[in-house]
Amino acid sequence: MAAVLELLLQEEVAVSAVMRWLRHGPGHRPAEVTCGGLALVSLSLLQKDFVPFLLNFLREQTSQILTNGPSTPAKTPNSKAHGSQRTGSERRRRSSQKASLGIFLTATPEALPARRGRRKGSSSISASGRQVARDLGRSLAEEEDGKNDSVSWSGGRRKRSEVPLVSARSPPSQLNLNNLEEFPPMGAASGWTNKPSRRINPTPVSAERPLSKPKMCFTSTPVSQPPAARFSCGSSLEAFTAVQEGNLTSVISNSLQEEREMLKKERCKLLHQASSPAGISLDPGTPTKPSYTRSASLPAESHLVTCANPAKVSCKKQLECLAELYSSCIAENLVPNIFLELFFVLQLLTSKGTSTAEDGDSDLEASGRQHFRNVHNCVYFAVQVLDYQYEIISRLEKGTLKLLAENERIASFSPTLHERLRQAYESSTAKVSLLLPCSVQSVSFQPETDNRSNFPSDRAFHIFKKQRDIFYELLREWEDNHEKTGWDFERVLGNKIRSMMAHLSATCNHSHFARLFQKQLIQMCKGPIGGGASWGDTPDQDVLNMLGSDNLSRLKRLQERFIVPQSIRGPCPPPSFPGCQQFFRDFILSAGSYQFNQHLMDSLCLKILELNGLTLVEHEHSDGEADMDEQDEKKRFTVVLLSLRLLAKFLGFLVFLPYRTVEQPTRDLQDSAIVLRNQTLPVLDVLKLLRQSIRDQRSILTIPWIVEYLSLVDHIAPFLDYYRKVFCLLLLMVLSEDKEISFLNKLLILAVLGWLFQVESLVSFPSFSHQDSVPLVDQQLLYTCCPYLGELRKLLASFVAGSGAKNGGFIRKITPTAAESLAPKASVTQRKLQVELEQAFFHNQPPSLRRTVEFVAERVGSNCVKYIKATLVAELVQRAEVMLQDKVKEEDANQDKLLEEVCAHLYEEGAQALIKGREFCKKKGPEAVRVLLPEETSAAVLSSAEDIAVELATEKACGWLSANIAALIKREVKATFNRMLKVPGLPLPGEDALELRRDCPPGCQHCAPFPSQIINEIKVQTVSCLACPNSLCIFHGGAYFLHYGDKIQLFLCVFQFMCPTSEQQLAKCSVELASLLGKSVVINCLSLKSRLRVKKNPTYGLLKLLLSVWKEDFGTPVPVRLIFSKKNMGYLADVKQREWDLFLFMLRGLVEHGLMRTGEIESCLKSLQELPWPSDFLKELEMLSRVFVSEHRVEETRTSPCEMTRRSLGTVTAQS
Amino acid sequence: MKLSKAQYDEIAQFLGHVQPTRQSLRKLKEKFPSQSQSTLLSIFSQEYQKQIKRTHAKHHTAEAIETYYQRYLNGVMKNAAAPVLLELANEVDFAPSLMARIVLERFLQEKEQAIPSKTLINSMLRDPSQIPDGVLANQVYQCTVNDCCYGPLVDCIKHAIGHEHEVLLQEMLLEKNLSFIAEDQLRAKGYDKTPDFILEVPVAVEGHIIHWIESKASFGDESSHQAYLQDQFWSYWNRFGPGLVIYWYGFIEELDCHRERGILLKDCFPTDIVTLRHSMAQH
Repeated sequence: MAAVLELLLQEEVAVSAVMRWLRHGPGHRPAEVTCGGLALVSLSLLQKDFVPFLLNFLREQTSQILTNGPSTPAKTPNSKAHGSQRTGSERRRRSSQKASLGIFLTATPEALPARRGRRKGSSSISASGRQVARDLGRSLAEEEDGKNDSVSWSGGRRKRSEVPLVSARSPPSQLNLNNLEEFPPMGAASGWTNKPSRRINPTPVSAERPLSKPKMCFTSTPVSQPPAARFSCGSSLEAFTAVQEGNLTSVISNSLQEEREMLKKERCKLLHQASSPAGISLDPGTPTKPSYTRSASLPAESHLVTCANPAKVSCKKQLECLAELYSSCIAENLVPNIFLELFFVLQLLTSKGTSTAEDGDSDLEASGRQHFRNVHNCVYFAVQVLDYQYEIISRLEKGTLKLLAENERIASFSPTLHERLRQAYESSTAKVSLLLPCSVQSVSFQPETDNRSNFPSDRAFHIFKKQRDIFYELLREWEDNHEKTGWDFERVLGNKIRSMMAHLSATCNHSHFARLFQKQLIQMCKGPIGGGASWGDTPDQDVLNMLGSDNLSRLKRLQERFIVPQSIRGPCPPPSFPGCQQFFRDFILSAGSYQFNQHLMDSLCLKILELNGLTLVEHEHSDGEADMDEQDEKKRFTVVLLSLRLLAKFLGFLVFLPYRTVEQPTRDLQDSAIVLRNQTLPVLDVLKLLRQSIRDQRSILTIPWIVEYLSLVDHIAPFLDYYRKVFCLLLLMVLSEDKEISFLNKLLILAVLGWLFQVESLVSFPSFSHQDSVPLVDQQLLYTCCPYLGELRKLLASFVAGSGAKNGGFIRKITPTAAESLAPKASVTQRKLQVELEQAFFHNQPPSLRRTVEFVAERVGSNCVKYIKATLVAELVQRAEVMLQDKVKEEDANQDKLLEEVCAHLYEEGAQALIKGREFCKKKGPEAVRVLLPEETSAAVLSSAEDIAVELATEKACGWLSANIAALIKREVKATFNRMLKVPGLPLPGEDALELRRDCPPGCQHCAPFPSQIINEIKVQTVSCLACPNSLCIFHGGAYFLHYGDKIQLFLCVFQFMCPTSEQQLAKCSVELASLLGKSVVINCLSLKSRLRVKKNPTYGLLKLLLSVWKEDFGTPVPVRLIFSKKNMGYLADVKQREWDLFLFMLRGLVEHGLMRTGEIESCLKSLQELPWPSDFLKELEMLSRVFVSEHRVEETRTSPCEMTRRSLGTVTAQS
Repeated sequence: MKLSKAQYDEIAQFLGHVQPTRQSLRKLKEKFPSQSQSTLLSIFSQEYQKQIKRTHAKHHTAEAIETYYQRYLNGVMKNAAAPVLLELANEVDFAPSLMARIVLERFLQEKEQAIPSKTLINSMLRDPSQIPDGVLANQVYQCTVNDCCYGPLVDCIKHAIGHEHEVLLQEMLLEKNLSFIAEDQLRAKGYDKTPDFILEVPVAVEGHIIHWIESKASFGDESSHQAYLQDQFWSYWNRFGPGLVIYWYGFIEELDCHRERGILLKDCFPTDIVTLRHSMAQH
């Protein structure tokens, strides 16, 4: 290892040769090997250790510069005391903590378990990467350094090996190992002869540093750090130092968190770049303000910063060599996380050096052994690397580019790079906004999924109604309070949530709730920063209105500046649940409900599959509208991707929740757990989805969410056979050299995967070194497991990305409708041929045609079903209603049976649906296709497209209808029937006369009082009437009636304001008043006569008016029977001189107007006579009855034939 | 008409000291001439109901019921035509309709030897002619027509007023050309909670997006508003998003504090309405 580097640095081997060596493995002997090539060949077995070694070497070399600063002058570089102190503390930390996987890759390759385990038994062949790096550094420096004390190293190593990282499942490693023994490397004797392998970690460590010591970070400017954030980043430096040393977990959680957040942001930006750069760019042309520019250059306290000077750079050649090698490794994806490396490089670029350090270094520089001992060298190296990585860097978002373009060091070290960056900045449109508006909305109620018919019982339905409201109540409570100090989710909401769960269980409503929960989750959290800040942080609507939409983007930017965190968080944050996601996570935890979790997982899986299968269509570059399409698609892609990642994260959380442990389980526990869990099937087959995505060239959509899902694995899961395959496949993706993948897509994939492999639970997964993984999943194995991967390369060659090149992206197949085809059953071969013809038809047409046809088919098919529901089914339901009304009156019998009978009649008619559906599709399909296709489409193409659309739509609609029409009819009839039964008092729809007569007469002035006022008036009048039971009252009664009569006419003109209850009330009141009229026979009132213009007896006129109003104007049945109530007859009985003529007149009127039948009146009179009346009244009543009955008889004989017919008919009907 | 909390408190305090009679209402109007009559009437009615609610339990103890029944029996024995029940109710500061209900229940219990169903009682209160005892029927009738806050007549009037305002609102929506789905249509589709109107295309009122409008023909005081929020407005929000409540008879200004979150209060049909303009045409 060291030998390779040494060869390189001594210019005996070219970088390209090293790269070839790295790429092609032991057997490869390039033709054009340089003189040093031979040496490399002999070293070939060390390839897989080389990159980690190199990375370590760089970290180590630069550690002084990155950790020392003017504010910590006490720590002089190379202090022996300091060194031993460091290692001691390091050991302490190691013993209790484990490092993250990615760190192993970058920093401690010798700790990679596969080798380590074996190394023990095989005479410790190699002190790999890091130690060699140390050795190399030492030998180069010709300086015995106290911190290299071997005792402390081996101590560290032993502790380390206790962490069960060992895996015996790495045959390729095994092979290498053997080879290594057979072919001991040349020229590296000091590196790997019998020295015990040691844990080498000499870099200064931060953990024991007292916080009081001033430590100003001046070294790191993360890739996209806003200028303001660059002033205080002490903790992140520590974090970074730890990262370098493979001690991620040793860092206090704060800085760790910050660091991780940083990567989150990073990934977020990449995401946007990859998916929708221009879609999010707000204002590419905004001129920057001077202050902004100033802050972009080095910090204000620049007197502390060594001015990097290109002239002071020493050992340029070696630095150039290293830069080239390092850059090549990055370019070849040989580093575990390119963004970690970029972060490191930018740290070097912005590193500070003290004058002391500089002075001290001058000697060393002169000796030329320590390549990174001063700022000048670091910056030189960094600028070199940046130059190599220009392609990546130039795709960073605009703000970062600006900072780079304005960087003084770059300007002075490489004017050309400076110029290129400046140009890149100016042409960049990749402005990233982290603050997409977080629209807070509830999940809308959808009758198709949420109405009564979706629930097994009324109770379940009503309970869910409450649950929905409770859920939002909890959400509002959380929103209002969660940021207050002392507010605790579990304490405040825990019991409420659990009681909610109990209710859900009791009614089996979990699936409904899980859907609501999941929808609300997407609703609130799909934004880039996890639903971002709390709801309250969305800009005040009034302010927005004031500013207007033009200023909206400006406001947003302003807001961003306030919200962007002020500290650097580093590129590897752990998985977290930021913003509103926290609510949902805590809800799940507090609920602790197995049923709920299961339903939620089902729901999440379904949605993930749905979104993952979405079409993200390719577009044609030929026409001018492509840009528009592209923008739309990028937006859509962004939305889909963000939602998927969110859902996958929660799914991962739920899936691995039962297995989560705080501590890494012991080896024994782990083994037994693996045996157990290898038996179970995964909830969501991510391996299959991943493979499919690679095959279909849509991994850019799939990998990012799978990464989210996997980031929440527990400690055991990575060791399960299934997940090992998933991880290996992911690694393969990283290493894929396919240059056809859109650059940014690749970058996204690399970024998420780089991140994933830094996640803590994956710490001990055996084979995450790229070098390791390639031979692990060798070609043979890979292709045996997945034969379709052969296709993969072919497809990958034409792979394209969201940026929308040809052939790429997401090819959508026409989804065949599930329903059985209703087309006349053609032979299988014929149909197959048709399908092929159809595919062929589309093949040479622009893809938009296919999209259009599919779209039309889908919509028309769906509308067709709705149309049938609204027309045919509605008609049938109406008919059923009539039938039911009749039957329900006849027999109170078995309602279910009745319903069944009625529906059975209708089913036959239901078959009409297919004919009508076909007609509908045939009519609407072509119309839609014609509107949507371009004008110039040829007639033949148009007609074919129409036919296919109609066919597909018909198939969809009729398929559904034929399967469901009967059930649909039954459901609708049942619903109507239930409504009929529930609302007995109200008129049934259909016979609702009220509806028909809401219009005023023409020319109506709408001057009438409202029904409520009339009723109120009646009430008041009645009160006064009752209050004085004397003749005056009688008069009042009359006046009142008159008054009332006027109003009746008035309110008829405002019937539109009438509701059934007011109308019923009015009807009732008018009957009562008619009865009072009987009492008012003694009316002695000329004014009445004149006002009514009734010559003889005004009372008769009033009655006539009333009768006609009852008959003509009321929509509701008037309760005329009330006339015969005891109370109302009492009015008549109370008077001395009873107006029986008037009463008789009224009875006749009732019959004449069809308000009551004679028989009914007879029976009413009969029952009246049974009441205890004064004898004289009773006598008169009997007489009246006789008169009425005799009149009626006469009438009956007159109308008998007709009457008889009617009666007999009735009997017949009843009997049938 | 919006009232500040202080203004409202003043009115409520005044009402605390007066009998719930027409005279009191007149006095109220004299005392607060600047307030609209309907607002005052609505507050008057609400305050009276609160008072009745507070004392409801007191009148429903077994002892109280027995006392009232005996007093009724004694009263009608002396003079069946006199408004015995009505006077009794006024005397003990209880709503006449509720007093009628208590006595009717007691009467039926004695007669049928069983606790009568609520439906039966309600039906008899609505139509006293169904009451088997003529004298009691008359007494009950007197009570129901004389009650200004309770009873079938008042319920009917309230219902009618509510309905009328809904119709008015509907007319305004039609006039503004805002298409909507009305409550009955929503119910037919199986919605579990239904505001009066759901806008098919949401609009912005005073800068706030609204999806639904609920009409309330009453004054929005604290207790009724809280109850409505709990039972209706939040439920609508939970299903349809933000919306507008119109309290036609005004409300306490301070209650309009959920605007940001999506519940907007108005005392009239809003004038500042922004609609989506030709969004389809532009695309």
